[in-house]
Amino acid sequence: MEIPYTVEVRPDTGLSNGKLGVWLFLASEVMLFAALFSSYILLRVGSVEWPHGSQELSVPLAFFNTVVLISSSVTMVMAWASLKMNDFGKFRMFLGATILLALTFLVVKFFEYEHHLVAGEGPWHNTFYAIYFTITGLHGLHIVGGIIVNSYLWGPGAKMWQTEKERFTNRIEIAGLYWHFVDLVWIFLFPVLYLL
Amino acid sequence: MDNVTTAGHAPVGHAHKAHAHDHHHEQSFVTKWIFSQDHKVIGIQYTITALLFLLFGFSLMALMRYQLAFPMMPIPVIGSLLGAANAPGGIMLPEFYNQLGAMHGTIMVFLGVVPLAVGGFGNYVMPLMIGAPDMAFPKLNMASYWVYFIGGVVMLTSFFVPGGAAQSGWTSYPPLSIITATNGQTWWLMGMIFLITSSLLGSMNFIVTIIQLRTKGLGFFRLPFFVWAQFVTSFLLLLAFPPLEAAGVLQLMDKVAGTSFFLPTGLVVGNRPLDVSGGGNALMWQHLFWFLAHPEVYVLILPAMGIVSEIIANNTRKPLWGYRVLVYAIIFLGFMSFIVWAHHMFMTGMGTTMNSFFQTTTMIISIPSVIILSALFLSLYGGSIRYNTPMLFALAFLPMFGIGGLTGLPLGLSPSDIHLHDTYYVIGHFHYVVAPGTIFALLAGIYYWFPKVTGRQMSEVLGKIHFFGSFIFINGIFFPMFIQGLHGVNRRLYDGGVQYAHAQPVLHWNQFMSYAAWGLMLFQIPFIFNFFWSIWKGKPVGSNPWHATTLEWTATTSPPLAHGNFETVPEVYHGPYEYSVPGRSQDFLPQNQKD
Repeated sequence: MEIPYTVEVRPDTGLSNGKLGVWLFLASEVMLFAALFSSYILLRVGSVEWPHGSQELSVPLAFFNTVVLISSSVTMVMAWASLKMNDFGKFRMFLGATILLALTFLVVKFFEYEHHLVAGEGPWHNTFYAIYFTITGLHGLHIVGGIIVNSYLWGPGAKMWQTEKERFTNRIEIAGLYWHFVDLVWIFLFPVLYLL
Repeated sequence: MDNVTTAGHAPVGHAHKAHAHDHHHEQSFVTKWIFSQDHKVIGIQYTITALLFLLFGFSLMALMRYQLAFPMMPIPVIGSLLGAANAPGGIMLPEFYNQLGAMHGTIMVFLGVVPLAVGGFGNYVMPLMIGAPDMAFPKLNMASYWVYFIGGVVMLTSFFVPGGAAQSGWTSYPPLSIITATNGQTWWLMGMIFLITSSLLGSMNFIVTIIQLRTKGLGFFRLPFFVWAQFVTSFLLLLAFPPLEAAGVLQLMDKVAGTSFFLPTGLVVGNRPLDVSGGGNALMWQHLFWFLAHPEVYVLILPAMGIVSEIIANNTRKPLWGYRVLVYAIIFLGFMSFIVWAHHMFMTGMGTTMNSFFQTTTMIISIPSVIILSALFLSLYGGSIRYNTPMLFALAFLPMFGIGGLTGLPLGLSPSDIHLHDTYYVIGHFHYVVAPGTIFALLAGIYYWFPKVTGRQMSEVLGKIHFFGSFIFINGIFFPMFIQGLHGVNRRLYDGGVQYAHAQPVLHWNQFMSYAAWGLMLFQIPFIFNFFWSIWKGKPVGSNPWHATTLEWTATTSPPLAHGNFETVPEVYHGPYEYSVPGRSQDFLPQNQKD
C-alpha cells in the first residue's frame, strides 16, 4: 500500500501531503502563541504598573540572540537550496550551522534565565516575569524541538538522500518552514518583551 | 514504499520486493492490533477506548445521582468500596462529589464523545468514504491514539493521588481550581495537555487526508455529508484547541511555579491573604477556556449530524434535502463558532456592550443549526422509511437535538440568562444536545457501520430494546432538569438543593431523575451484550447490507482489506445520495458505478 502524494504534488490542489500538513500545524501554532500574546496584552492592560522590558531584561543579549536566530533561518534556507542544487556536502554544512546557531541561542537563553533566577526574579516574582518565563520557555521548547528534528535530518535521517532525493529535499523544506516560524515568533517576542 | 525497497536493496531486486510484500500481511499481534498504523485498527482502538470511557463517565454520574436522590445516605454496596477518604461509612463527602462532577464532564467530553465521534468514526469511515488507502500520515495517526491513551491514563490515575482528582468542574475556573490544596488539578492539566496534543495531531491528519486523498472524480461537492462534518470539525479542533493548551500551560504555571496569571492582587483565602505576587486576571481563564469550549460544542455535534445524515438518506431511500445548503450551513457554523464564546460569561460583569455583541452572534449561529435540522426533517418527507435500529436512533436525534437547541436560545439572550445561568436548566439544555443528541447519533453510527467493521449485523431485537429503553429513560433524566432550573435550583449542589426554600416544590424530581439514570444504565446491558455477541455470532452480511451508495459500502468488502482498503482504487461518477433514481432497476446508484 502506498499513500499518494507523499512526494509528488496533487495536481488539483498543487500541494504534497507533508507541505499541507506543516502549514496546518503552523496555523495551530499561530493560535497557540496568539493566545499567549493576548494573555500578555490582557495582563498588561489590566495592571496598575508594568515594568519596562529594557530595564528588567538584557537587550544586548536578546539582540544578539535575534541575530543568531535570523542567521539560522538563512542557513536553513541555504541547506535546502544546496539539496536543490544536488550538493549534499554543503547541505550538511549549512544544516549543521543551523543546529549550532540554535544551540547558541539556547546557551545565551540559559545565562539570561540563570541571571534572573539567581536574582530572585523567577516566574513567581511578578506577572511580568511570569509571562516572560512562560512565553520564552515555550518558545525555547520549540527551539529544542527544532534541534531534535534538524539533528535527525542531519544524522540518521539523511540516509534518505541516497534513495529518495526529492522526498528528502521536501523534508528539509518542511523542517525549514517550521524553523522559520520559530524564528518569526522570536521576532515578535523580542520587541514585545524586551523593548516595550 | 516499493521504491524504497528496490532502490535500497538493489542486489536482491524483485525477489526481495515480493518477499517483503508477503511479510506485510503476517504482522505480529503487536504491530497489527496494538501499535497499528492502519486507520481501521486505530479507529477500532479509539472506539473501544472511548466507549469504555463513556461507560466509566456514566458510572460516575450514577454514583452522584445517588447522593442527589438520597442526600447524606450511605450508598448501598458500592459505598463501602469507595474508601474512607471519599465516602466514610458509604456516605459521599462533598469533595468527592465535586471530583465526580468535574471528572464526569471531562471524561464524557474529552475522553468519550470526541474520541468516539472523531477518532473512532472519523478514522474508520472517512478514508473509506473518500476512497483513500489510509490516512495521509499513518504514523501520526498511531501517535494520536497513543497520546490520547496516555492522557486518559493520567486522568484516571488522578483519582488515586492523595486528595483525589480535580474538583473544580470540567471548566476549572480559577481562582478555585488553583487555590484548591490538592494536586488533582495539576494532574487534570497535564492530562489535558496530552489530550489536546492528540487532537491537534489528529485534526491535521484529517484535513490533509480529506483535501489530498480524495479519489478520482470525488470533488468536494460529491463528498458525503459525514466527510464534510469531519472536515469542519477538524478545523475547529485545529484552531480552537491551542488557546486552551496555552491556558492550560498558564494554569499549570500558577499551580506549580507560583505565578499568578489568574490570581488577582489581594485575594483572600480562608481569611488570610494569599501569598502570591498577584496582578492576574481570573476572567482571562474563562475567555481562553470558552474560546476553545464553544467550538468544542460544535466538535461534539457536527460529527453527530454527519452520521445522522448518512443514515437518514440511506433509510429514507431519498437524497438528502438541500445537500449544498447543508454544506454551506456547516461551514458557516464552523466560522461563527469562533465568535460566540463569551455567551457563557454574561454573568461575569463583562458589560452590556460585550453582552450585546455575543448575544447577537449567538442568535446568528442558531440560523445554520436550524437550517441543518430543518433540512434533515425535510429529508424524511415522502420517503419510504425503513425503521431499523440505526434509523430509530437517527430519528430520535432530530427532536432531541431540537429540544437541546431551542432551550439554548433563552440562555443565549443575556436578559433571560440572568435567571437561568448556573441552574439545572443549563444542565438539561446541553445534555439534550450531547446525550440524547450526539450520543444517540453515535449509537446509530455503531449499529449502522457495525456490519462494515465485522461483516456481521447486530441483533435488531436487542437493538430495539436498547433504543426504546434508552429513549424513555434519557428523557426522564433530563426533562425534569428544565423544571428544576426554571425554579432556580442551582447546578453543582452537593445535596441537590435540600437546604434551599425555593427548591422544595421541585425537589421530588431528584429521585425520579436518579431512577431514570439507573434505568438508562440497565438498558445499556442489551447493547453491551449485543455488541460482543454480534462480533462472533451476529448474522453474516454481504459488503453492502443497507444498499448504500457511498464508497465505504460499494467499493470494498466487509471488513475492508487490511492494507489499502480497496482491491482497485475506486473512481467516483455521482454525488453521494443517488437513491431512487427514476428509471433504474435498483433503488440506489453507487457513487463508483458508471451508469
